[in-house]
Amino acid sequence: MRIALFATCLADTMFPAAAKATVLLLERLGHEVVFPAEQTCCGQMHINTGYQKDALPLVERYARTFDPYEVIVAPSGSCVGSVRHQHAMVAGRNARLAARATSVASRTFELSELLIDVLGVEDVGAYFPHRVTYHPTCHSLRVLRVGDKPLRLLRHVRGLDLVELPAAEQCCGFGGTFSVKNADTSTAMLADKMRHVLDTGADVCTAGDASCLMHIGGGLSRLRTGVRTVHLAEILASTEGRAA
Amino acid sequence: MTTFLGMPARAPRGVGHLRGDEPFPVAAREALANAQLRRNLQHATTTIRGKSGRVIAELPDWQELRAAGSALKAYTMANLPLLLEQLEEKVTAAGGVVHWAADANEANRIVTDLVRQTGERRVIKVKSMATQEIGLNEALEAAGIAPVETDLAELIVQLGDDKPSHILVPAIHRNRSEIREIFLRAMPGVDPSLTDNPPELAGAARKYLRETFLSTRVAVSGANFAVAETGTLAVVESEGNGRMCLTLPETLITVMGIEKLVPAWSDLEVFLQLLPRASTGERMNPYTSMWHGVTPGDGPQSFHLVLLDNGRSAVLADEVGRQALHCIRCSACLNVCPVYERTGGHAYGSVYPGPIGAVLSPQLTGVADNASLPYASSLCGACFDACPVQIDIPSILVHLRNQAPHPRTEAAVMAAAAYMMDRPKLYASAQRAAKLARIAGRRGRGLPPPLNGWSASRDLPAPPKETFRDWWRGR
Ligand code: SF4
Repeated sequence: MRIALFATCLADTMFPAAAKATVLLLERLGHEVVFPAEQTCCGQMHINTGYQKDALPLVERYARTFDPYEVIVAPSGSCVGSVRHQHAMVAGRNARLAARATSVASRTFELSELLIDVLGVEDVGAYFPHRVTYHPTCHSLRVLRVGDKPLRLLRHVRGLDLVELPAAEQCCGFGGTFSVKNADTSTAMLADKMRHVLDTGADVCTAGDASCLMHIGGGLSRLRTGVRTVHLAEILASTEGRAA
Repeated sequence: MTTFLGMPARAPRGVGHLRGDEPFPVAAREALANAQLRRNLQHATTTIRGKSGRVIAELPDWQELRAAGSALKAYTMANLPLLLEQLEEKVTAAGGVVHWAADANEANRIVTDLVRQTGERRVIKVKSMATQEIGLNEALEAAGIAPVETDLAELIVQLGDDKPSHILVPAIHRNRSEIREIFLRAMPGVDPSLTDNPPELAGAARKYLRETFLSTRVAVSGANFAVAETGTLAVVESEGNGRMCLTLPETLITVMGIEKLVPAWSDLEVFLQLLPRASTGERMNPYTSMWHGVTPGDGPQSFHLVLLDNGRSAVLADEVGRQALHCIRCSACLNVCPVYERTGGHAYGSVYPGPIGAVLSPQLTGVADNASLPYASSLCGACFDACPVQIDIPSILVHLRNQAPHPRTEAAVMAAAAYMMDRPKLYASAQRAAKLARIAGRRGRGLPPPLNGWSASRDLPAPPKETFRDWWRGR
């Protein structure tokens, strides 16, 4: 299958490993990946901070850039959530754009959705010999409703010891600009999330969103916990010959 | 909907206890530093969450019930003027008197005058969010009338000269030893050997309240529901104090927000299943009191219903935001909210805290007047999932943020970012140049304001050697 990658601005700029892993994984599974160079950002930060007018050109850009493709994938639950649940709203009275945004959104998938719902694979042939806990991330869980898809993928990874995260469904406190505007409250939420991660004894915390991982990982690093954050795509892309 | 000529372009906004003195982030800081408060809240919200989750799981049709509740409320809002007139007609025909209050000040004036006319100097109160919203107790006190709260938690708040911090459990921020101290300090006739054993504390309140119930001739209540078709009012509660207030006095004054309406008697079936399971985690609430005007020789012989707008018409005019009026004040959204669990209710500065408060308070006052509340959420969506009437609180938050006044520097940065992101070439060169962590020093520590909130407790990763886009091009 020919799959267009929406790398997301955050992974593109700060966490290229997650986007690279998405490419390598899909190619390993026999698919062709293309990267439309006109893409930038889905506009979620603008929309969620109250700048829909500024987000409008980004919504237009996303629709225009990805309209030619049948299947689009992004290694981010919250960016896909924004595309699916906010783009048509931002388009507002521009009916043509709203229709185009809705159509493109229906072809945009988060990685675990793509693998299980579209490509029909649960065992991607990965090898990752570590003790891992999974944080479901709010938008994958409650906006996209990916359910246990990421866990199903992880359970098939050879060598991986999956440990359940207590209070997994609680937000890590990131929330985009929330972590800056309400930094103290965000930190209190993060502290509880980190405590739960540490309680599992895992040496890797994974998730389907680079943003939440940046937040959790930023806290874990500051505390010198020695626990790493690794994107789900990187784990799934790892093989015996090629570790994440 | 038709617009009548001469109708004001904007409905008046709400006044009362709907905004705090400080913006949310500042008010939250104090709460976050209070370890006792954090423990009380975490314990209480975790307990209620668990209890509610278990009884909700018993119902195979919970999702259908939620959808039904939501549809009934949407219908009510679409037909509100007609239904309100129908309610007025039915209540009047049953011997009640209906008053219309445009805002808190008018409602307080109406209630105070009604109490004055009875010549009484004391009223008993059933827990009510509407009267908290309008600050009725303060208005009555200013008129020389003593209001006595009869709900246990509300009484604790009143005696402690405190503010409610939860819709359902207004004293959720207090533990039992704090409650004992409050009782010893402020409860008339309390036994000085009182311990902090919960049954003993409840016993002390019961003794005090019984005497008050039997000697007070005017009661003020709110209402959970009003049925337009029949003119019936309903109050649900757990302690029986409501039943006392609604039946013993000679005069009953009910203050109700105009959105509390349901069209038909049979609609109560849906809400009386949704409310107790979502709010207290009970299958059925212990006391459901319903009344219908005045019944000669039985219960209050004088009944007044004050219908309160206080900004609600303005909320109704907003297509996206109006679903906030569907709220049945169950407080499930508070109990699942990770922000509320850590800051408690006072940080919101309004009688409506938590996720619903973060939308409803600014909606009632106008968002410009309450601009920090729509941002008091990480948009995690737990509230939407928990809400028994399916209010999409995260979407209303995003909608209100779009209307909020923005700090000038932030607006400039956002505009610049959008400009750059709409130009891929500029974006790519900015990516290479934007070694944010380098400007900031090692591992992103000590970022400049406003980003220092981030760097106080989290590192930023070092920027990668090459962006994804560079890697792709070089393949
Ligand atoms: S918004 Fe929903 S969950 Fe929150 S108090 Fe109202 S009805 Fe309950």
